[in-house]
Amino acid sequence: MPEDRFALEEKLTAWHLGIALGALFLGTWFGPLQVLEHAGVDLYGVLAPGIQSYYQGLTLHGVLNALVFTTFFIVGFLTFTTVYSLKTSLRFPRLNAAGLWLMAGGLVLAAAPLLLNDATVLYTFYPPLKASALFYIGLTLVVVGSWVEGFGLYFTLGAWRAAHPGVRTPFIAFGSVLTMAMWQIASLGIAAEMLALLIPWSLGWVRGTDPLLARTLFWFTGHPIVYFWLLPAYVSWYGMLPRQAGGKVFSDPLARLAFWLFLVLSIPVGFHHQFADPGISPVWKAFHALLTYAVSFPSLLTAFTVIASLELGGRARGGTGLFGWVSKLPWRDPSFTAQALAIVTFALGGIGGIINASYNVDLIVHNTLWIVGHFHLTLATAVVLSFIGISYWLVPRLAGRELWSPRTALVQAWLWVAGMAPFSISHHLLGFRFGVPRRTMLGAAPYLAPEWNPLLVVAAIGGVLLWTSVVLYFIVILGTVLASRRVANPAEMPVAEAVRDVQETPAWLDAWRPWLIATVILIVLSYGWPLAELVRNAELSAPGMRVW
Amino acid sequence: MNGFGVDSCERWWMVASGAILAAFFVAVVIGAFYGFALPGPEKRVDPGRVAVDPPFAEPAVLQRGPGRYDVYMRAQIWAFAPNEIRVPAGSTVTFYITSPDLQHGLLIERTNVNVMVLPGQVSKIAARFDEPGEYRFFCQEYCGLAHHAMFGRVVVEPRP
Ligand SMILES: [Cu+2]
Repeated sequence: MPEDRFALEEKLTAWHLGIALGALFLGTWFGPLQVLEHAGVDLYGVLAPGIQSYYQGLTLHGVLNALVFTTFFIVGFLTFTTVYSLKTSLRFPRLNAAGLWLMAGGLVLAAAPLLLNDATVLYTFYPPLKASALFYIGLTLVVVGSWVEGFGLYFTLGAWRAAHPGVRTPFIAFGSVLTMAMWQIASLGIAAEMLALLIPWSLGWVRGTDPLLARTLFWFTGHPIVYFWLLPAYVSWYGMLPRQAGGKVFSDPLARLAFWLFLVLSIPVGFHHQFADPGISPVWKAFHALLTYAVSFPSLLTAFTVIASLELGGRARGGTGLFGWVSKLPWRDPSFTAQALAIVTFALGGIGGIINASYNVDLIVHNTLWIVGHFHLTLATAVVLSFIGISYWLVPRLAGRELWSPRTALVQAWLWVAGMAPFSISHHLLGFRFGVPRRTMLGAAPYLAPEWNPLLVVAAIGGVLLWTSVVLYFIVILGTVLASRRVANPAEMPVAEAVRDVQETPAWLDAWRPWLIATVILIVLSYGWPLAELVRNAELSAPGMRVW
Repeated sequence: MNGFGVDSCERWWMVASGAILAAFFVAVVIGAFYGFALPGPEKRVDPGRVAVDPPFAEPAVLQRGPGRYDVYMRAQIWAFAPNEIRVPAGSTVTFYITSPDLQHGLLIERTNVNVMVLPGQVSKIAARFDEPGEYRFFCQEYCGLAHHAMFGRVVVEPRP
C-alpha cells in the first residue's frame, strides 16, 4: 500500500504541524489587543492576572508566531517534502523523532517562564534584559532539535544520491534540504550568543554581558532566519504552485541558482539590522548593505520564474492576451489563492525591504512602526499566508480527509489581505511620517500625538479583520481534522514538472561542495574581522535587570 | 538556446535586476559620503560608572562655538537626562549618549537622528535644527514596563 509507506513520516509531520498551529493560535490573540490598545481600547484588564502586561502579551505574540510557529511548521513541512520528493523513507527515523522531542521539550521549558511573566524580553531578547535561564535554555534546545532533524534529512538525501548517481536531485527535495543547511549555518550565531553569553549569565556564573556583542551574534542569525522562513514558501511557489495552477516550472536551472544564491548570500548581511548601532564601523555596515542588495537579486529571479510559471498555467487553461491568463488561474482553490496573494504581497514587502537595507536611509524608519508594517507583509503575509495555503492540502492529506468548506478557506485568504492592507499601510505611514516607535504601549504613551490617531484607528480595524481571518482558518482546520469526510485517496503533494528535462540542468547546480565553500568564505569576509574585534574588546560589564 | 537553459527574456530580466541594484548601491555610497553619517565606534564606557564619572555623570548641553552644541545624555529607565534641550535655530547639535542599565534608542521626530543606545558604548550622532519649534524625542527600543513613558524634547528657539 503506497499510502502507508510514509506513515511514520506523516505522523512526525503531523506532530510538528499540530504544535506549530497551536502556537499560532495562541500568539495571534495578542495582535488585535495590541492595535486596539494603540487606538485607545485597552482590553488587557480582561486577561489579568493571567497576562500581566502589554509587554508580556507582545513577547508571546512575537515568540509564538515568529519563532515557534515558523520553526515547527518548517521542520515538519520539509520532512514531508523531502521524503515525498525523493520517494524514499527517512534514513534514520529515530534521529528525526529525537529531534522533535528536543524541540518539543525545549518549547515546554521556554513556555513556562513566558507564561509566568519571567521572560518578558520580546522575541529579540536583547540583554541586559534578563529572563529566566529556562527561557534561553529552552529556545536553545528548540534550535538544537531542528539541527538534529536537519541531519536526519541530510542522511536521507545522501542515501538517495548514493543510490542514484548522476541523477539530478528532485527540485523539492533539493530546496528543502538546502533550507535546513542554510539554517544550520545561520543559527550558529544565536547558538554562540546563548551558550557563550546568555545562559552562563542568566545562571549567575558570570556577572555581566556585552550588549553589542550579543546583538551582533543575534543578527548573524536574525536576518537569515527570514530566509529560513521564506525558503519553504519558495519551495512551494517554485516546486508545487505551478502544478496547482496547471503549469510547469519555467526554468529549473534558474530556480536552483536562486536557491544557491540564497544559501551563499542570506547570512553575510546582518549588519543591515545594526545600521543605527554604535561600535560597528560604517565601512562594514556599507559592505553588508551591498551584500543585502545582492541577496535581493535571487528574489527578483524568483519573481520572474514564479510568475512566468503561473502564466504557463493560466495559458494552458485557456487564458489569452497580456493579462487574460490571470483570470484563468484556479482562484476557487484556496491553497492556490492563499499562495498567489502571498506572492503579490511579497513583491510590495520586498520594495520596502530595499529601503530598509539602504544604509543611512534606514535611519528614517529604524525601530519605527514602518518595520512592523514591513514584516507583516513579508513574514506575516508572504510566509504565513503561504504556509496557510500549503496547509490547505497538507492537513487534509495528513488527516486522510477532505478540506472542510473550501469556500470558508477562500474567504479566509481574502480576508487576510483585506485586513493586512489597512494594517500594513497605516504602520508604514506612522513610522515614515511621524517616527512612531515600535514595540511600545502607545495608548499609554504621554507623547501620543492627536495626528497619529486616524492611522492608529485604521491599523486597529486591519488588526481585527486579520484576527477574524485567523479564527476562520482554525475553524477550517478543526473542521477538516474532526468533522470532514474521510477519503480513500487523500490529496497528494503537488509536484510541478519543469518545461525542460531536469537532467539538462548543469551538474554544478546540483553539487553542494562549491556552494558551501563560497558560503563560508563570504561569512568570513563579511563577519570575520568585525566579529573578532568585538570579541577582543568584549567586556562583560552590563549586569542585567528584570524591569517588567 | 544554450546549455544553461535560460530564456532570452529571462536573461534580460536578470541584467535589468542587476543594473537596478547596482544603481541603488551607487546612490547609497554617494549618500554615505555626502549625506548623513551613521554611528560608528566612538568610545567604550563601564555602564556601572556612567552615573559617577564625567562626562555622563552630569548630563549637559555645552556650547562649543557659534551655533555648535554638544549634548552629553544618559538614556536610562525610564527617562532621558537631560529631557529638555534648548538651542537657537540654525544650530548643529552633536549628541553623545550612553546607558547605565538597558538598551534604549533615541529617535528625534522630523530629523535623521535615530540611534541605538547600548550599555558599554557611546553613540554619537549629529543633527542641524533650522526650523524653530518643538522636536520631541522617544525611546525606540523596548526597555521594560514603562518604556512608553520615556521621552523628551528639543526646543529650537527663533534667532533673536
Ligand atoms: Cu528606553
